[in-house]
Amino acid sequence: MNKYYLGIDLGSTTSKAVIINEQDEIIGRGITNTRANYSVAADIARMEAVYNARFSILKRNLAKEIESKPQYKKYLSDLESVFQYEQFKVRIDKLGDELLKTCYNYFDGERRLKMIDHLRIIRKTIKPKIKHQYIYEDLGSKNQFFRDIVSEKYNEEVNKFDISMFEPLMTIWDKSITAAENEIVQFDFASLITQAMDLLKEKYENLPDVAEDRAIESESNFDAEMYLLKGDFKNVSESLRERIDEVACLDFNIENMTGTGYGRALLPFPQECIRSEILCHAFGAHAIFPNTRTVLDIGGQDTKAIQVDKYGLVTSFQMNDRCAAGCGRYLGYIADEMSISLNELGPMALEAEKEVTICSTCTVFAGAELRELTNMGEKRADILGGLHKAIIMRAMSLIARSGGVFNEFTFTGGVARNQAVIKYLAQLVKANYGADIKINIHTDSIFMGALGGAMFARRNIKIDLPSAKKAGALA
Amino acid sequence: MSNPKDAIKEKSMVIQKDMLANLFTELSNAKVNGKKVVYTFVPGNLTELILAMDMLPVYPEINALQSGMRKKSGGYIKDAEKLGFSEDVCTYVKCDIGMMLNGNIGPTGEKLPEPDLLLLSYTGCFTFLKWFENLEKLYPGVEIAMLHTPYQEDGVITDDQIKYMVKQLQEDVIPKMEKVAGKKMDYDRLSKMLDNAAKAEDLWVKVLETAKHRPSPIDSYFAGVYYMGPLNTAFRGTEEAVSYYEELLKEVTERMDQNLCPVTPEGEMKEEKFRLVVEGPPNWTNFREFWKIFYDMGAVIVASTYTKVGGLYDQGFRHDKDKPLESLSRYCMGCYTNLNLPQRVDLIEHYIKEFKADGFLINSIKSCNSFSAGQLLMMREVEQRCGIPVGFIESDLVDPRYFSYANIKNRLESYFQMLGQRKVILEQEEALA
Repeated sequence: MNKYYLGIDLGSTTSKAVIINEQDEIIGRGITNTRANYSVAADIARMEAVYNARFSILKRNLAKEIESKPQYKKYLSDLESVFQYEQFKVRIDKLGDELLKTCYNYFDGERRLKMIDHLRIIRKTIKPKIKHQYIYEDLGSKNQFFRDIVSEKYNEEVNKFDISMFEPLMTIWDKSITAAENEIVQFDFASLITQAMDLLKEKYENLPDVAEDRAIESESNFDAEMYLLKGDFKNVSESLRERIDEVACLDFNIENMTGTGYGRALLPFPQECIRSEILCHAFGAHAIFPNTRTVLDIGGQDTKAIQVDKYGLVTSFQMNDRCAAGCGRYLGYIADEMSISLNELGPMALEAEKEVTICSTCTVFAGAELRELTNMGEKRADILGGLHKAIIMRAMSLIARSGGVFNEFTFTGGVARNQAVIKYLAQLVKANYGADIKINIHTDSIFMGALGGAMFARRNIKIDLPSAKKAGALA
Repeated sequence: MSNPKDAIKEKSMVIQKDMLANLFTELSNAKVNGKKVVYTFVPGNLTELILAMDMLPVYPEINALQSGMRKKSGGYIKDAEKLGFSEDVCTYVKCDIGMMLNGNIGPTGEKLPEPDLLLLSYTGCFTFLKWFENLEKLYPGVEIAMLHTPYQEDGVITDDQIKYMVKQLQEDVIPKMEKVAGKKMDYDRLSKMLDNAAKAEDLWVKVLETAKHRPSPIDSYFAGVYYMGPLNTAFRGTEEAVSYYEELLKEVTERMDQNLCPVTPEGEMKEEKFRLVVEGPPNWTNFREFWKIFYDMGAVIVASTYTKVGGLYDQGFRHDKDKPLESLSRYCMGCYTNLNLPQRVDLIEHYIKEFKADGFLINSIKSCNSFSAGQLLMMREVEQRCGIPVGFIESDLVDPRYFSYANIKNRLESYFQMLGQRKVILEQEEALA
């Protein structure tokens, strides 16, 4: 039987889970927002990683078919997205119940009835909307969290009502979301996947004919794969049925696991399965880029500059102390201040023509400075350019404290997804430590801590570290 | 965390507690008994001069750290800040000023007497100068004697520097002390005290050396700060101090012979996993929690620089009964904080090698310039020279607002795990070689 290893990185903002096989290859990833109840966050991330792992095993098993027939690939990616919706559906229903319950607890008489009417309208609207986005707009691939998706939809609906409803409906939301989010729902993969397949069947049966659709849509929007699949749907789904059932019934054996990250001490793991995230991030980054000697990790509230040796083991590290300005939460706060989403920050900053100087010592002050600069007529893009540069300036000082940058340099953590941060990092690293420094950034950068954890779990942590002989031969 | 009252104490600690209790009682009765009181600082202190003239010493930084341990410093610091002291001022100073503003109640609950003399023999810390300027304002008209201690800029103590200091002692410091005490310095008594000091210093060095043994029977930092107490403060030069160190040496030698690990507030450590050298003062407001993080992980501090602020006896210095003023001058100039950075790095390297340490850790203190300046540089240099993992954490002396338990624990856990990994790799490499 195949053996799998789990790493969970409970960060201040997001909780990540990674499952690896015996070759240290990532086969499952799960991510969710960290919440007050750490154990729920860890469970959700873990469940997601296990589902994701089943899908990757399925894709590996079907590698040949996928390669030769694009409709197989399309079917599987659609299925994964719809599968996510099936889980969401249960939570949306749970949230609906919670909203009504809160309404009963906080309001009575006429007011209560009025609120219930409004809540019913919201419920009726948001569920089909989300369903539509999952089935037709590929929401599943965007990696968004339940809380973010439903709150966006809820807000949209609330804003349609009379302004007097805003306050009470938001109060109801605030008091309901946590309960809905924190309930652990046990799903059965096999039945969930059957439901997902049925929903997919419904989608493809109801798809308008190619000719009809092409007249409406422009040529560039035309989804060739989708129509290829439509034409072949019955055949594809029937031939995949057995292979899917096989993976759904697969006995998934997690041999060992490691917990890391800020909340690690509170994870329901035995003491020997808890590791420092500094070691895990370094180990993960080194596994992906084996020549790594310096790692910079920018997460939600920590910036870590880590030096590693040829084995991927930490030789020294520095972390921000006393203040988390310049980390992921700093960007989140700035995004809120500008009323834009976190994902829009980087692209907007990339449009900067110059970088306005902004202080990065305090998040709250930076917010005030941003308003001031906007009033003085500075362009948003230029201010954001300055803010992103400020983050890297701060990180550079931490890197200097840890001993500097040694080739190769690997950048990890959630903030490594931000293109503007990457731009300034490359500029400053090369300017300070030489143009020949190789900078590594992986698409899985946010999962490096969990990956390192899973790798420690596979090595059973202490007993079987990578042997000096093996690592020496690699180096 | 267990209740501090439950702390397990060695016999020597009980003796020291009694010594301190008697001192504070004596201090609280000083005015009634007509005893003169001298406020002075620990590094480069001239305790034998004070005691030889029958005066009583008070050490404001010791009071501050005691206030920190008794959880009083937070309030005292806030009171000093209300008076206008900035957030960035040394927290020992603010804690001390705050304590005075609140009736000058010492660690035993007894009131401390006002000073008759402020004796400033500062070594390496310019804040001391400002501290006493402030005390002068709190006690208008108090007599002040200042001994300027030259910094070891070139890493050596020259004859000129010694002459310069002896001259200050003869022409300014001692005459002022005589004026306050109302009597002449008794040089025979001084010599006798310096002889006692040297005896205690010999014993203290032997205590420190036991940490070379594996496992170390002592923690040279967390327990070291208690052990160094009598020698660094009001008891150096007394018979009592000699007896204390005799008892302490007996205790730790017994522990060493039985291969026992250090005694912690929660009992004896079971296993020595890591041997560390630590630079920088400890945090006092969360001292027990801070220590616990170390002993829970099996980390023992085998040598520390902080326990050398009161003198580098382990490097050979002794007070000399035959050259009293010259040896006091050498003593002042030889304290750890009066060394230049290359000397400090050399000393740390020496400790790491002599005590076979697995790691080197710095606790950087937000409000202490004399310690914190240059620490990162020192860390890099030590890392290069010794090739051992280095760690860096930040806290403060007595301002509880700057001790972040979660952050410090997080960093220390990572550091210990890092040391653990290194050990495994080193063993594997050794096995291959």
